[in-house]
Amino acid sequence: MTKDELYYWLLNLQNIGLKKVELLLRTFGSVEAVYEASAEEFEVFRRECCPVTLRFSTQDIHTLCTNRNPEIIKERYAKLRKSGIYFVSKEDERYPEQLRNIYDAPHALFVKGRLPQKEEKLLAIVGARECTPYGREMAKYFAGALAKEGIGIISGLARGIDTHAHEGALSSGGITYGILGCGIDICYPKENFNLYMQLQKQGGILSEYAPGTSPLAGNFPMRNRIISGLCSAILVIEAKEKSGSLITVDYGLEHGKDIYALPGKPTDLLSGGCNNLIKMGAKLVTTPKDILEDIFPNYKQRIHDFKKNNKILELKEKIVYASLCLEPKHIEEIALLTGMTIDVLVEQLLALELKGYIKQIMRNYYIVIE
Amino acid sequence: MFSKAYSAAIHGIDGLIVSVEADVSDGLPIFDMVGYLGSEVKEARERVRIALKNSGYMLPPKRITVNLSPADIRKEGTAFDLPVALAILTAFGHLPEEKLKDFLIIGELSLNGKVNKVNGVLPLVYSAKQRGFTKCIVPKENAKEGAVVEGMQTFGVSTLKEAMELMQEKEKIQPESIDMDAMFGQSHKDDIMDFAEVAGQKAAKRAIEIAVSGMHNILMIGPPGSGKTMLAKRIPTIMPELSFDESMEISKIYSIAGFLGSKPLITKRPFRSPHHTITTTALVGGGIIPKPGEISLSHLGVLFLDELPEFQKNTIEVLRQPLEDKAVTISRLNASYRYPAGFMLVAAMNPCSCGYYPDRNRCNCTINQVKRYLGRISNPLLDRFDICIEALQMNYKELQIQEQQESSKDIRSRVSLARQIQLERYQGQNIYFNSELTPRAMKKYCKLEAKEQTLLEEAFIQMNLSARAYHRILKVARTIADLDQSERITTRHLSEAICYRSLDQKYWGE
Repeated sequence: MTKDELYYWLLNLQNIGLKKVELLLRTFGSVEAVYEASAEEFEVFRRECCPVTLRFSTQDIHTLCTNRNPEIIKERYAKLRKSGIYFVSKEDERYPEQLRNIYDAPHALFVKGRLPQKEEKLLAIVGARECTPYGREMAKYFAGALAKEGIGIISGLARGIDTHAHEGALSSGGITYGILGCGIDICYPKENFNLYMQLQKQGGILSEYAPGTSPLAGNFPMRNRIISGLCSAILVIEAKEKSGSLITVDYGLEHGKDIYALPGKPTDLLSGGCNNLIKMGAKLVTTPKDILEDIFPNYKQRIHDFKKNNKILELKEKIVYASLCLEPKHIEEIALLTGMTIDVLVEQLLALELKGYIKQIMRNYYIVIE
Repeated sequence: MFSKAYSAAIHGIDGLIVSVEADVSDGLPIFDMVGYLGSEVKEARERVRIALKNSGYMLPPKRITVNLSPADIRKEGTAFDLPVALAILTAFGHLPEEKLKDFLIIGELSLNGKVNKVNGVLPLVYSAKQRGFTKCIVPKENAKEGAVVEGMQTFGVSTLKEAMELMQEKEKIQPESIDMDAMFGQSHKDDIMDFAEVAGQKAAKRAIEIAVSGMHNILMIGPPGSGKTMLAKRIPTIMPELSFDESMEISKIYSIAGFLGSKPLITKRPFRSPHHTITTTALVGGGIIPKPGEISLSHLGVLFLDELPEFQKNTIEVLRQPLEDKAVTISRLNASYRYPAGFMLVAAMNPCSCGYYPDRNRCNCTINQVKRYLGRISNPLLDRFDICIEALQMNYKELQIQEQQESSKDIRSRVSLARQIQLERYQGQNIYFNSELTPRAMKKYCKLEAKEQTLLEEAFIQMNLSARAYHRILKVARTIADLDQSERITTRHLSEAICYRSLDQKYWGE
């Protein structure tokens, strides 16, 4: 049997999770040794090497000893490959270099699509699930602009900022990777199915969990360590003061990655986490250039500054456009700001909307779009 | 001896003339009542017997039979007491028989001979008039209601004795009369609510003005305390004043439901705002003895459903058909009743269960929760709202602005004008408002010129609108043009209509 098949065997045993696998490999030295070990050896291992908290039971020894039929293993492995899932163990040369060096690196990855290359520049974009339109537009904009420059965008395929970061990267034709907290054959959340499929074509989906693993809450912090391990820098778009995104940042600091944060207004709860990061020394970013300069030392400005407004508009449209920003404004407020009556105002708003400069994010609330 | 009096029974919102026949003959002393009677009508026997005794009439021991004809329609209610008593007295010879045939008699009797008020006097008297009656006797408390019907002499009586005296012409009792002009004139003076009291909310006010002009149903979305209910309550104040015929139509319904109170006529547009725990039957009408529901009580007025998603799903879904037909038909084994239900539907809801979306500082709902909240209202029902508007929460500063707000009277004059234009345009086509336009009529009355066509087309592609939205946008654009007194629908009218386009689940929350 090949090494990959053996790893596949070890990682797919019931009730034997990553922690147990870790200890087994460390104690026995290699995956072959684990495969060949006898029940007595496991019993010794259980008594002498296992901390009580690991709960390595006699049932687990039974599982390890009885599920060793090479034919079944080979058959299952072939079936996995047939369904388009690659299995890459730590000892495989395709295994991402970036991950090899981190503490706690996953023993193997399940992959759909492609794997990050050794020299590839990667940036993680993380943030809140319940994001504001500001966060959404910023995630799209940053991901799009950076992906266009050849930087791979890594995120977690979750709702909110993650989704928009992937979307941004895809729409500018860049490469983007999604790291899952569940089995690779499960699309979570369901509404991201399109994204899930698209990512396999224009990037890759990675997971350390065996196919069929459901998205348990405990998996996600672990998933974050892979996100942080793969990338060379992390950009936090929107996060509350206590946010799961900050777990990724903690891993990132442990792994020695650069942390970038997008500032927000002090009154916005959803920018609290970002602003705190900036206070603690994360780099404040206002344009993608801020990040590109760090990643490519000789970077010359090639992308347009997004604030420049060179749109050709009529006077009334200009007035209306100038009163809008990335924060949703109700037509009532816009009417107050522009001094127009409602019927005149809505005509301008529709014209702008049709030109694609502004967007109605819900009934009568408008924002500008890039 | 045989005698015959006339009374009436309620059937739907109309009256049905019922003849009350009494016969006195020899035999065992029995008092019998026949004619497919409900139990309260059967009980009339005891009430009549004792009321007669207590009014000083002795019933000789004879066999008395009373028949209510037509005998194949079920009779309900207590309004037959008085005609039965008078028919029996006539049969015993206390009254000349030919006296009875001129009168329509309605009234419930107390044991002491007093005449109590009953429900539904207005529609009963009204149909008696149509059947050629010229005089009627009703309970004193209902006399004003009957007096509303023109060409009918309505006499109010408070006791059985009084009724007898009236018939015997011992005393000259004047028919009840009522000053209609004063009643209608007064109704607007006691309007305590006015749109001028609502600060800001320009967009919502404008949308409501358009909705009322074309009788479009409107949905208001907004955070708690943004003034949705306040706005809705003031909608009747900008509707055109009730005409006499309209008032009659509404009053008939209220009379049957027993909601007329002390007033003889409803002179103000109804505004009904049922609580969201309302049952289906209470909303559309029904019951063992069918009664009009809230949708009929808001006929020609406003039905306001606050907190729309909180209503039971099947309760609001039943609104779909009455909204199309402007009437509701309730079928029972014995008969089917048709109640009018030409109301304007106004609904209000919060954008999500906590109420503050999209303010992310206050709203913690996930996008899915927001979508699910809206999902409680089915698409077919959402489709019935031509106009949808978001009400904005006013902050303190905006509330303090001492801007002169438009009064209801000013808005009403514009609305009336727009309605007049519609009435003239659709004369003789069984269409009264733009909201009732059929796709075929729309082709004729909502023609767009090249420039407007392009705009609509662009909007369609860009916003991915549905075919249903197309018709609604055109109808609303027609109303906006009418408010502008413009024959042609221009880009401005169209843009505004697109802005108010109804909700589309797809675009809700992102």
